[in-house]
Amino acid sequence: MNGRGAAISLRIAQAIPVVIGVIVISFLLTRALPGDPAVQFAGAAATPESIEQVRQSLGLDKPLPEQFIIYVGQLLQGDLGQSVSTGRPVIQELAARLPASLELTLVALILSCAIAIPLGILAATRPGSWVDQLCRLLVTAGVSLPTFFTGLVLIYVFYYLLGIAPSPLGRLDFIYLDPPHVTGFFLIDSLLDGDPATFMGALRQLILPAATLALFTLAPIARMTRTAMLSALGADYIRTARAAGLNRGKILYGYAFRNALLPVVTTLGMVFSFVLGANVLVEKVFAWPGIGSYAVEALVVSDYAAVQGFVLAMALLFVVLNLVIDLAYSIIDPRFGADAK
Amino acid sequence: MTDQTSTAPATPAARHAMAAHMLYVCRENPVTAASFVMFAFFILSALIGPYVVPYDPLATNSAIALQAPSLAHPFGTDNLGRDVFSRVIVATRLDLIISVLAVAISFVIGSILGAISGYRGGWIDSVLNRVLDTIMAFPLFVLAMGIVAAMGNSVTNIIIATAIINIPFYARLVRAEVSIRREAGFTLAAKLAGNSDLRVLALHIFPNSLPPMMVQVSLNLGWAILNAAGLSFIGLGVKPPTPEWGIMVAEGANYIISGEWWMALFPGLWLLLAVFTFNLMGDGLRDIVDPRRRT
Repeated sequence: MNGRGAAISLRIAQAIPVVIGVIVISFLLTRALPGDPAVQFAGAAATPESIEQVRQSLGLDKPLPEQFIIYVGQLLQGDLGQSVSTGRPVIQELAARLPASLELTLVALILSCAIAIPLGILAATRPGSWVDQLCRLLVTAGVSLPTFFTGLVLIYVFYYLLGIAPSPLGRLDFIYLDPPHVTGFFLIDSLLDGDPATFMGALRQLILPAATLALFTLAPIARMTRTAMLSALGADYIRTARAAGLNRGKILYGYAFRNALLPVVTTLGMVFSFVLGANVLVEKVFAWPGIGSYAVEALVVSDYAAVQGFVLAMALLFVVLNLVIDLAYSIIDPRFGADAK
Repeated sequence: MTDQTSTAPATPAARHAMAAHMLYVCRENPVTAASFVMFAFFILSALIGPYVVPYDPLATNSAIALQAPSLAHPFGTDNLGRDVFSRVIVATRLDLIISVLAVAISFVIGSILGAISGYRGGWIDSVLNRVLDTIMAFPLFVLAMGIVAAMGNSVTNIIIATAIINIPFYARLVRAEVSIRREAGFTLAAKLAGNSDLRVLALHIFPNSLPPMMVQVSLNLGWAILNAAGLSFIGLGVKPPTPEWGIMVAEGANYIISGEWWMALFPGLWLLLAVFTFNLMGDGLRDIVDPRRRT
């Protein structure tokens, strides 16, 4: 069996204990805490009968290990409980809102990578120049920006002062109809539908929240790109490549950047953790109908099952994203799996 | 060799050299010096702010609601006619208390866990690593939301949640620092001299991990403030009308689309400055404790 395939399956297998750990913590968050979980799950307007009903359905009258088995059983059937505020199953609510969150997060990440990586490379190839200074300034300022505050400043400048951004309310202005549901991503669905007006409408709504998130993630990516490029450019193989007379582009992108990409991809894992958290705040600021603003609404009305379902869904999403990053690593790095035996 | 000098009690000469080095760093890097000045300003605001602000931060007066910044109200007034400047300054204390307490708790618990697991190794180490990995498997802000939602919506629980999500950073740092010194010459010498494990760990090994920990604390404080303000922005923890930066930005958010920018801008700006100060200080402290790691 080849080393690469084995290493990839090993990496996938390593995700399993993490998923189990995540489920255990989610379970502890719902059950093993002070107060009566049945009262919390039944919501603020519960009667004694409905509390008793919730107690039965969650198995709260049974010992803790047995409750855990019931919990896992319900999870496997995709049952995250009922949302008391809407009366629908939490899983349906999350599934309906997930594409909005994913579209926002992915566009933001693409945007910030498209700016941060070239910026980091430029800063590393010209240390001390104005690009380097700009990079340093952005990096320090970027990590200090509260996302919800940046979002509000952008709204004030581009909506109120300049009037070029649409009102910050959701994914699409009410003059447009939602594109027919294929992927749930409005940008893709409107293109599939051949409707450029809706596409532009969705894009206009998306730009400000995506820019807010991108500003927040710019800093760690740019910093890591700069550091990784600097250390790659100082390596012996670059000196050798220069001595062998290879052209500048080949040295920079064929050798240095390819090696620098590894730490950058690793940083992306940490960036995902930040971005999924910041997502909640940005969705609240822009009234973006994703799972983050759903969780915030649920928090306000103490919709307990909805919040815990959201936490679990986010954690599982994060585990999957980390797995994807590690698998991307295996594509970038030809050494991957060579020493895994 | 260098390890021993840093554990030795600071002689007057060493202390003088340290002060000279700090002065040198501040002169070389004015940004670091500025961050220390700003830090002093925030500490002062937290200590005496409530006694020197011109207005009562809770006093409402609908006659002067939503006034733009003026000489009488440098930061304007909010929708209930409260003075935004007074509220921003008074809020400093609560925001700093939340973040400092949270970081202190994670520092202590993280240090203990990390030191034990780095010193003992074996199954304790593996179990702790698994638990930390599981905490890190959550997007941290989302985990904090979940913890506060589960434990109840209060300022105490905001502090606990922020502490929990920060513990892995400290535990890992201490674990790494302790485990590389577990077999060091000075450790073995201290053991041979008849010191107990606890004494060796607490007095000989752990102090060596303090310099990198201080850098981490400073960077972490900024992050803890951001985190706590984010939680109160979405309505967790601090309740109105308590002045706190996150909740003030949330209250101002409703007025920004009608052009009343000062309600959200000033608390947001103060929050940003506080985080910026801690981040710059962290970079400066790194230069002081470890000149080699300068970027």
